[in-house]
Amino acid sequence: MTSDTPTLDVRDLKTHFFTKAGVARAVDGVSFTVGKGEVVGLVGESGSGKSVTGFSIIGLVDPPGRVVSGEVRFKGQNLLDLKAEQMRKLRGNRIAMIFQDPMMTLNPVLRVDTQMVETIRAHDASVSKADALARARDALGQVGIPAPDERLRSYPHQFSGGMRQRVAIAIALLNKPDLIIADEPTTALDVTIQGQILYEAQKLCRETGTSMIWITHDLAVVAGLADKICVMYGGRIVEQGLIDDVLDHPVHPYTRGLLGSVPGHNTRGHRLYQIPGMAPSLLNLPEGCAFQARCPKADDACKALPHITNPVPGREIRCFHPHLDQDEEIGA
Amino acid sequence: MSVFIIRRLMQSVIVVAVMSLIVFVGVNVVGDPVDMLINPEADQAEIERVIRDLGLDRPLHEQYLYFVGNAFEGDLGKSFVFGESALKLIVQRMPATFELAFSALLMAIVIGVPFGVYAGMRPNAISSRTIMAGSILGFSLPTFWVGLMMIMVFAVMLGWLPSTGRGDTVEIFGIEVSFLTADGLSHLLMPALNLALLKISLVIRLARAGTREAMHQDYVKFARAKGLSETRVILVHVLKNIMIPVVTVLGLEFGSLIAFSVVTETVFAWPGMGKLLIDALHNLDRPIIVAYLMMIVLVFVIINLIVDIFYSVLDPRVRLKDAGQ
Repeated sequence: MTSDTPTLDVRDLKTHFFTKAGVARAVDGVSFTVGKGEVVGLVGESGSGKSVTGFSIIGLVDPPGRVVSGEVRFKGQNLLDLKAEQMRKLRGNRIAMIFQDPMMTLNPVLRVDTQMVETIRAHDASVSKADALARARDALGQVGIPAPDERLRSYPHQFSGGMRQRVAIAIALLNKPDLIIADEPTTALDVTIQGQILYEAQKLCRETGTSMIWITHDLAVVAGLADKICVMYGGRIVEQGLIDDVLDHPVHPYTRGLLGSVPGHNTRGHRLYQIPGMAPSLLNLPEGCAFQARCPKADDACKALPHITNPVPGREIRCFHPHLDQDEEIGA
Repeated sequence: MSVFIIRRLMQSVIVVAVMSLIVFVGVNVVGDPVDMLINPEADQAEIERVIRDLGLDRPLHEQYLYFVGNAFEGDLGKSFVFGESALKLIVQRMPATFELAFSALLMAIVIGVPFGVYAGMRPNAISSRTIMAGSILGFSLPTFWVGLMMIMVFAVMLGWLPSTGRGDTVEIFGIEVSFLTADGLSHLLMPALNLALLKISLVIRLARAGTREAMHQDYVKFARAKGLSETRVILVHVLKNIMIPVVTVLGLEFGSLIAFSVVTETVFAWPGMGKLLIDALHNLDRPIIVAYLMMIVLVFVIINLIVDIFYSVLDPRVRLKDAGQ
């Protein structure tokens, strides 16, 4: 699946928000790679830093946030070294992004064709308007929008939510990017539409070799889509590995808790498991492991930051007390 | 769209009719113009003759119906003072006022929008805070005082600009305008800026608030994620969205520009309708006052109509709603 140089190689990325109330370490030492054509699921609760990771990669962290240190190597080149103009040329061209709420991502006062053509011409001014329109039409067709010629002349409010997200995806596809960062793109959609979009996304990666980072809090979504999964908690990746391995045999207590709280057919009639406590505020994360206050296995050792270890082959975790006994009850 | 315009036109007619009643009655209950017009030494017979000539001896409702009947023929009465058609007097003065008001409107947009957008993009920069402080001054300083100060500084002390009048005018389509001659332009600059000051401040605040809001919208972030240049993000994606409130408010404020021009015209001796109104109020020249107010009502109604149409051009969501009806 992976070639020599991965499409994206994030190393020890740190993005902090310097607010009046203190420094929020939204992303605190995140490392992962995305190979060519690979889909990586970035999973976590709200506020775990998964979206900020996405925005850090594409260079769109809003102030007071700032990438403090680390490397974001895109096809070998560190994006954090690039000048603003060089980064702009990559955005929407080699790296595209899809946002969470399709009702908000398209500009309400500009026609769809305007918003598509400008995406092409921002990166190649030599493309004629007619050629750009033709490409826009093909992209709409590619994501399954009927009558793309007519739809090009429509305004965003004339589309349903699912159709708008398809338009946003079509815009992301326009310049045939190497990497797409999808920030919870199906969260705001109906389950049936969600299924269609997931299917399209998967098909796309297979056909074009596009890599994808799929940010979500929905384990069911990544289960069917991703090759790899990174579970984030408190700004750090606590467990990552191949999707089936992690979902079948979670090693980190947080991943186990997360999986244990998913309703399944054998939990009917039982009270669902829930991780005790609540996600900590990023402003005052505890020293050491962020999960210690809620973790059933926490002890004094957890007051120090756990380093990345490989307790099982192909798995990286940050934990002093991983669940290595596979027969243990999930959620125990 | 046409159904919408016809419906709006019918509403406008009702507004004009109701306003004509209010204006006519209102003006007739204040003061007695006869006292102002007549020679204090005139005898009773003389006074009664004047009252009869002016039609003031008849009951109010008859006077009103007579006024409405004449109004349909384009006659809003004769000025008590000049003995000329009130409408003609006002129409003669109207181009000067409109020229002033349009210049002020243009200044409000050309100066207000860029400053407002800039302040909205960098809300914490010192330059932005200076702009905002300036806009507070623009709001709070009285127009007449600023006008007088401008005359003192630019006309008296520096001698750069003339203080009064319209300067050389040229005629286009039978209307006298100042802005096409260098001399006229130099006469226009100060009064227009004086009149525009309040609106510039208003537009700065609107544009700043709109920009600050738009900058945090997903569509702006998405536009950046598409790799658009910052120039295009601001000039197309942000600007088109903030122009919706700016156009709406400015359209409605255009009426008040014409109304406020009364003060500016008086300070700069600009020969427009406002100056005429002030003189008419001094003399209780009722037909002029009524005709002026009716013109203003008409202007407001027309402006509102234009704003509605323009608004639907700017905002496609409004357009769709009208088409659906």
